[in-house]
Amino acid sequence: MTEIVLELKELHTHFFTDSGEIPAVNGVSIKVHKGEVVGIVGESGSGKSVTSLSVMRLIPTPPGKIVSGEINFKGENLVRSSEKRMKKLRGNEISMIFQEPMTSLNPLFTIGNQLIEAIRLHQKITKKEARKKAVEMLQLVGIPRADEVVSEYPHQLSGGMRQRVMIAMAMSCDPELLIADEPTTALDVTIQAQILDLMRNLNEKEETAILLITHDLGVVAEICDRVVVMYAGQIVEEGTTREILKAPEHPYTQGLIKSLPKMHEREQQLYSIPGVVPKPKMGRAGCHFAPRCEFAFDRCFQENPDLYALDNNRLSRCFLHDDKEGKVKKHAEADIGS
Amino acid sequence: MVSYIIRRLLMMIPVLIGMTLITFSIVHLIPGNPAQVILGETANQAAIENLEESMGLNEPYLTQYGIYVKGLLQGDLGTSLRSNAEISREIWPYIAATFELTIFAMLFAIFIGVNAGIISAWKQNSWFDFLAMLFALIGVSMPVFWLALMEQWIFAQELGWFPAYGRQDNRDPIAPITYLYVLDSLIHLDFSRAGTILKHLVLPSIALGTIPMAIIARMTRSSMLEVMKSDYIRTVRAKGSGQFLVIYKHALKNAMIPVLTVIGLQAGVLLGGAILTETIFSWPGIGRYVFEAISYRDYPVIQSGILVVAFIFVIINLVVDIFYKIIDPRINY
Repeated sequence: MTEIVLELKELHTHFFTDSGEIPAVNGVSIKVHKGEVVGIVGESGSGKSVTSLSVMRLIPTPPGKIVSGEINFKGENLVRSSEKRMKKLRGNEISMIFQEPMTSLNPLFTIGNQLIEAIRLHQKITKKEARKKAVEMLQLVGIPRADEVVSEYPHQLSGGMRQRVMIAMAMSCDPELLIADEPTTALDVTIQAQILDLMRNLNEKEETAILLITHDLGVVAEICDRVVVMYAGQIVEEGTTREILKAPEHPYTQGLIKSLPKMHEREQQLYSIPGVVPKPKMGRAGCHFAPRCEFAFDRCFQENPDLYALDNNRLSRCFLHDDKEGKVKKHAEADIGS
Repeated sequence: MVSYIIRRLLMMIPVLIGMTLITFSIVHLIPGNPAQVILGETANQAAIENLEESMGLNEPYLTQYGIYVKGLLQGDLGTSLRSNAEISREIWPYIAATFELTIFAMLFAIFIGVNAGIISAWKQNSWFDFLAMLFALIGVSMPVFWLALMEQWIFAQELGWFPAYGRQDNRDPIAPITYLYVLDSLIHLDFSRAGTILKHLVLPSIALGTIPMAIIARMTRSSMLEVMKSDYIRTVRAKGSGQFLVIYKHALKNAMIPVLTVIGLQAGVLLGGAILTETIFSWPGIGRYVFEAISYRDYPVIQSGILVVAFIFVIINLVVDIFYKIIDPRINY
């Protein structure tokens, strides 16, 4: 298969607060290949945003810290990279767009100013050339009258337009990897679809790998090649989008999919997984999902299962797979996602 | 922008009318007859009636107010009872003195306050942050007169670095043009004199600027800390920019909006005349002018002093509002 752009190995990002150490990301391993769209799905508090900010090395320190693990970006371990090196990578080879387009742009500078800044941070070109490039980027992301918008302020644009500007900014230096942290959550559904289309197009045209963080399985179905399901700081299931949506292996994923509204069934009440995501904490015994799991048995409360490698490069963190003899091998030996 | 300024100027009109109403009523709110008050308790009835006649006090209030406003519009502030001089001519040197002092005090306050606030926010919880905020706390709580006296004692008396009082060396007074002495000496191309005049400005500027400086420093720090948490700052970092650009371009401009309010208010207070500082440093400013007028019961001067100070306040507010608009494109009245 193609070249690996990003590989997280056993990443641990912990927050050190007054009430103790919180393992927000607790041993996460993910691979993203060139031109691939990988989704990270999970409820709020599952550690997906912290994972993405860890890759950018933008975790506010203190209280947050990458305690162990590797973030290999094209063979370079970013955990050990200097801040100077990170500045060269951010916005240039790894870009990021955020959930809140309404507040993600500085209200006091024009769109052009902020785009030109992004371009000129990484490319040695004149202001005039950068401005031309800024207009081109705005056209690329489908903003009408781009040459006017370039001198407008963020408050003059709608949320969808601002998110397009964010994408234009993120794509302006042809990054290898685009991290999108819930890029469509704040937008209404029609705009959502447009933004996803745009990202898919850019992904196909420029072969940019995308790491998409979302809690919306609909978004995943629309755009992702592969999905990683996170729960309380850990990966609970991983596989291709098709298979995960068709036949989820982990009880949590099953619950997530069951709680989606279905077009052809008239249910009185929508299914929901009982309980809430527990706050990650150090040294928790047992499977993190066990208290909410309808299949949980004694062992689930005593030890945390490893990721089981199943057929078709599927991974799932559940003791239920023990029954299926011969199919199981431990995570360490598994060649994830290749 | 132009229409914004025009609208803002029109909004000043009711405020100005209110101001004149208040200053006008001062004379009539004095217990007893104004003419009596002016002439003193021993004056005879004929003299009082004479003065009432000449001051137009027999006219109805509305007519009197009309005459007063008409005079103001022509730049006529009345006549001082003490010196018999036209106030509009007499008052300018005092305003200039206060204006000059305020400018230097505010430059000191803004430069030190804003920078200390930025660095404190940047290096939050560092020893610098701790020390700066401790000094800011001392700065706001220290009585101005005490600070002024300490300055005079240490820097004038003991070290002899700066003169203890006055605007200039009185043995060799400047030929005033604008009465802003620094500007005047530069117009005269007399740089050594400019140096002396600047030296005279140092101690009173620091005494006067310390409280605004401390307030500005604390305001800048908290405002910066707030802004640094915002989403667009995260965006700037994600673009790969360094800390300097993040702080001095993106964060500072946003953080300055509340700081600007504080700067405007403080400048207004200082321009209103800092009687304590002006008295201690023998600074012939508007504060002392009005203060002396009060002790001589020179009502026309008191009236004009209040009017001028209020007017300056309104102008500063206008300037601050224009700055808001320059900084923040979202603002629209």
